[in-house]
Amino acid sequence: MRADGLSRRGLLAGGAAALAAYTTEKAVTQPPAATGTSVEPFHGVHQAGVATPPQAHGVFVGLDLRSGTGRDEVARLMRLLTDDARRLTQGKGALADTEPELAALPARLTVTFGFGPGLFEAAKVRHRHPGPLPRFSVDRLEERWSGGDLLLQICGDDPVSVAHALRMTLKDTRSFAKIRWVQRGFRQATQRAGLTQRNLMGQLDGTVNPVPGTPDFERAVWIGQGPLAGGTTLVLRRIRMLMDTWDAADRVAKEFSVGRRLDTGAPLTGKAEHDEPDFEALNGLGFPVIAREAHIRRARVADPGSRMFRRVYNYDEGQADSGLLFAAYQADVERQFTPVQRALAEVDLLNEWITPIGSAVFVIPPGCAEGGWVGETLLG
Amino acid sequence: MDVRRVLCVALVSMAGLAGCTGTPDAAAPPAPKAAQAAAPGPVLSITDPWVKTIKGGGGMSAAFGTLVNSGDTAVTVLKAATPAAPRVELHETVQEAGKMVMRPKEDGFTIPAKGTLTLEPGGNHIMLMDVKNPVKPGSEVRFTLTLKDGSVMEFTAVGKDFAGANEEYQPGHQ
Repeated sequence: MRADGLSRRGLLAGGAAALAAYTTEKAVTQPPAATGTSVEPFHGVHQAGVATPPQAHGVFVGLDLRSGTGRDEVARLMRLLTDDARRLTQGKGALADTEPELAALPARLTVTFGFGPGLFEAAKVRHRHPGPLPRFSVDRLEERWSGGDLLLQICGDDPVSVAHALRMTLKDTRSFAKIRWVQRGFRQATQRAGLTQRNLMGQLDGTVNPVPGTPDFERAVWIGQGPLAGGTTLVLRRIRMLMDTWDAADRVAKEFSVGRRLDTGAPLTGKAEHDEPDFEALNGLGFPVIAREAHIRRARVADPGSRMFRRVYNYDEGQADSGLLFAAYQADVERQFTPVQRALAEVDLLNEWITPIGSAVFVIPPGCAEGGWVGETLLG
Repeated sequence: MDVRRVLCVALVSMAGLAGCTGTPDAAAPPAPKAAQAAAPGPVLSITDPWVKTIKGGGGMSAAFGTLVNSGDTAVTVLKAATPAAPRVELHETVQEAGKMVMRPKEDGFTIPAKGTLTLEPGGNHIMLMDVKNPVKPGSEVRFTLTLKDGSVMEFTAVGKDFAGANEEYQPGHQ
């Protein structure tokens, strides 16, 4: 990683020698060609794109159903979209795909569908929808980033196959729905082994997260019973980072506000990212090392099975418009998300530099078997 | 895993049909291999069947897919029918004066032994004319193909919004 970074700088500096060094380096460090052909399974108890190791690129699209779109129409739409997803994620063109070549390298493409409150209403789903969230004091929500009846979440390690999947699925939504918002994000395409990815403020983002495949994750994320068994919920918050004022803060203040070091992500009481924070530890003056108002203390949920699962993407639209697509998945929004957000809205030193400007809540239905479709347990 | 076949089976089962493939033909030559003799399956099937959506009002549409002949002799489709349209023709698309035009394929679609024939926009297709009722996206449309030996093969195609497949009818055929 470091060698590659150095050679990149060499390349920027120009010169044939640097270019040659870069090329040689790439020959060694370039991921194997198999990366592009890597496939995430589509069928299963759960939809892919939640427990899936986060891919480097993600796009979230919120759609509003057209008037007159009821249960029958939504079911037809979901059959079409499911068919698109099961083909594209496996590296095949969608049905009637005019450029199936663009699907050939899926690079772990996943396509995940979510239902907003409006879809439940339009399709007369009897199950209660958990959205929208109550209003929090820190919210400065904008309509253009909030709400939505239907969610498409498309993630992959190759932005071209992501773009193609977006195009093919949106084509099938056009008769049924209109785009409300599109939010594109990215994560570190590479990171040192064992470290969580960094957000644009430089923090390791997602350290205290349930780990897929563990009993805590099962309990925290997947709904256990009813028509949504195997499904989950997504709270998607667009959180603007106020980088101009963050730039003005010194490193001590930055680390104090979070309670973690920027370089290692270690708690201020520890040495490594995954060391347990010691919330009781005091400094020489008798004050807590991790401040009472520090982000990690305020966001703390003791029971690992009651935590939300964060699968965030960074966004950067230029012109000091950057931040985080805070995607949190949990079995129960009211029990796992809302109390934490309420506590953070009350007190969190980090609030000085972050502002929620978008908010949407979706039910992520369970996955489907071969021949099935996403949403059939609610709409079938 | 063949997802296309899965879709076909799924759609057909939703429509309550027996299967994706054509009915076995009594007049077909006996299968020479023991395995085939033990299980004389239908020889013609279709993968990825779809039909271009249309709002109705007497317009035209078309159905596509890949016809698969698993048998040892060529199969010829002579006719197609669907409840979605009163007039259905088998068409080919040819280049004429620098423009793609379509015209009836009088001798039908022949699928070679152990071969396939692709029906696609800009190529061979099943043409639907005078479509009165809408073909909606995601809807299921039944088709019946009549083969040269008199047997029939049924399948269900899914309605799909599609911007292309707008070739004009060859002058003189309308």
